[in-house]
Amino acid sequence: MDNPVIQLKGLIKCYGPLKAVDDLNLTIKRGEIFGLLGPNGAGKTTTILMMLGLTEPSSGTAMVCGHNATTNPIAVKKKVGYMPDSVGFYDSMTALENLIYIGRLNGIPEDQVKERSLEVMETVGLSASASKKTSTFSRGMKQRLGLADVLIKQPEVIILDEPTLGIDPSGVKEFLTLIRQLSRQQGLTVLLSSHHLHQVQQVCDRVGIFVEGKMLVEGDINQLSRNLFTHGAYVVSVTIKDRITIPWEHQGELQQLGEVQKISITDNVIEISCHQDITPTIVRFFVNKGLDVMGVQKKEYGLDDIYQKYFENNLTEHDTNGKSGRILQKSLFKK
Amino acid sequence: MESLAVFSKSLSSKNNSRRTISAPFNVMVGKEIADHIQSWRFIVLLILIGLTFLGAMYVSSSNLRAALLNTQDPDRLYLYLKLLTTTDGSLPPFHVFLSFLGPLLGISLGVDAINSEQNNGTLTRLMAQPVYRDNLLLSKFVSSLVVVSYLFVSLTLLMIGTGLFVMGVPIEAEEVLRIFSFVFLSIIYVGFWLGLSILLSIKFRQTATSALTAIGIWLFFTVFYQIVMNLAVKAFLPDPQYLSQLDILSYNEIVLNLMRLAPSQLYTDATTTMLMPSVRSLGPVTMEQMAGAIPSPLPYKESMMIVWPQVTGLLAATVFCFALSYYIFMRREIRC
Repeated sequence: MDNPVIQLKGLIKCYGPLKAVDDLNLTIKRGEIFGLLGPNGAGKTTTILMMLGLTEPSSGTAMVCGHNATTNPIAVKKKVGYMPDSVGFYDSMTALENLIYIGRLNGIPEDQVKERSLEVMETVGLSASASKKTSTFSRGMKQRLGLADVLIKQPEVIILDEPTLGIDPSGVKEFLTLIRQLSRQQGLTVLLSSHHLHQVQQVCDRVGIFVEGKMLVEGDINQLSRNLFTHGAYVVSVTIKDRITIPWEHQGELQQLGEVQKISITDNVIEISCHQDITPTIVRFFVNKGLDVMGVQKKEYGLDDIYQKYFENNLTEHDTNGKSGRILQKSLFKK
Repeated sequence: MESLAVFSKSLSSKNNSRRTISAPFNVMVGKEIADHIQSWRFIVLLILIGLTFLGAMYVSSSNLRAALLNTQDPDRLYLYLKLLTTTDGSLPPFHVFLSFLGPLLGISLGVDAINSEQNNGTLTRLMAQPVYRDNLLLSKFVSSLVVVSYLFVSLTLLMIGTGLFVMGVPIEAEEVLRIFSFVFLSIIYVGFWLGLSILLSIKFRQTATSALTAIGIWLFFTVFYQIVMNLAVKAFLPDPQYLSQLDILSYNEIVLNLMRLAPSQLYTDATTTMLMPSVRSLGPVTMEQMAGAIPSPLPYKESMMIVWPQVTGLLAATVFCFALSYYIFMRREIRC
């Protein structure tokens, strides 16, 4: 039971000079729902393709269900159901025929294949449209059929690439609930990639944030935000009546307040990041200095900020000079 | 006891089901054939080829009497071969028609084999199933060839059957052999174009690009290749007036061999020899060589010997295209 279902070791994929996936190490245990998060072009799809042996890694190994995906893809594909980000079906065939075809390819006996297809369509809630041509299907229905396609082979692992792309919010919720339910009932391991943290957060046990081919961080969402809090959990922004001239005379003093970590000034707004919630102290400080405080706002870190924060960190890491990073940050804030 | 019965029942059902599992490859071929038969493209081509066949048969059957009475012709006794080749000049015979319709058939069946799957997003889905990657290519190729073979064989059988019914002359074994060799050659010829168009469909992502390229290659070989060769011959070969008889012959041989680089030339050479038993050589023959020859049809084996290089060439070209497709496709990244 202990052995991991998916184990990626030092996976690298280069397209010419570009490193799409850079030394990726990832372990996913049985029965887990793992969310691979990252912006477009981060290398999520490439990683998934390597797990299925649809593309060869430049170096490193991808072991899935104990088989090497590069050298023994058939054994992997028998156990893994994969739904690509843009699922396509044969338009000239009905949904049921499409499904039966995939069922047959997976070696389901002829006398059971139709029965099983109908069963799976029932599971994903498409039994009413079984005899419709797939060309008439909406995006959401296609996604569902894609899931049916994955389930018909009774996989051990499901890999979903951007499963929520292009579905309306209620559809997304339903879809994700369905995935979670299936995973819990049948003990399936699920790997899903997405760039929507909110959606992934609803279902995933664990997420990994993946930017420019590198896994920046992995863990459950609470752990991620805790990581973030060490950098600066609370941000208080104070708006003052007059425009502040830089350098600000009180900056040094404010910095002395102990918990304050970072101060950034834009026009008449001062943003103060601190380790603990010291809003009252800050307000008192401003009042004592005789500044006209127009508003005080405490910023809460949402999931988007977690996401943003990691990408931002990644951006500043790229700058060898810290100053240029700050300028970049400033210009971002201006927007 | 009951549980035992249930057990044995489940066991037997398992055995039954094991027998009816079909290999993925067969499933794929079946699906491809169904796709071809239902596609408009194939129906249009079927009608086109059916009409040419009927037209050619009509012309040849109305001129059959004259051809059979022509005592100068050593082939006149091969009634069914005559049926395939006789013409009064208003329409070319069927095998000549086929030399330029065959490519069209092959191209239209194979031109969107891989890239349409890719554009529809079905390729990734298909490749995520436990199916060997080459099975997809092979199933595309085999299914098209099966369809083409059925088409040609049934046309030929219809022709023979109608001939038997109308004329009442029994067909000879040699004629059967020759006609089926002709069918076999036609299938290989279509197979070559099929292989080429599948190769192009892997190479190019857009169906339109691969179709235009395939048609471009076909036009080049049917129209421009001869023109280019004629120009080249005029430009590079010395004036025949200053050459000896032997030199002219050897140059002629070179030109003919260059012409044979075009698959349509190979096909025409091979089918002509097969369908006209009196053809003894595909190149020029000197008077000395002709001296002792009796103007009579050659036996099947001899005709086969004459066209063997052509058959090999066609097969090699087909295999080459297909092997190249394999090479490109097998290690390619599947992504939509």
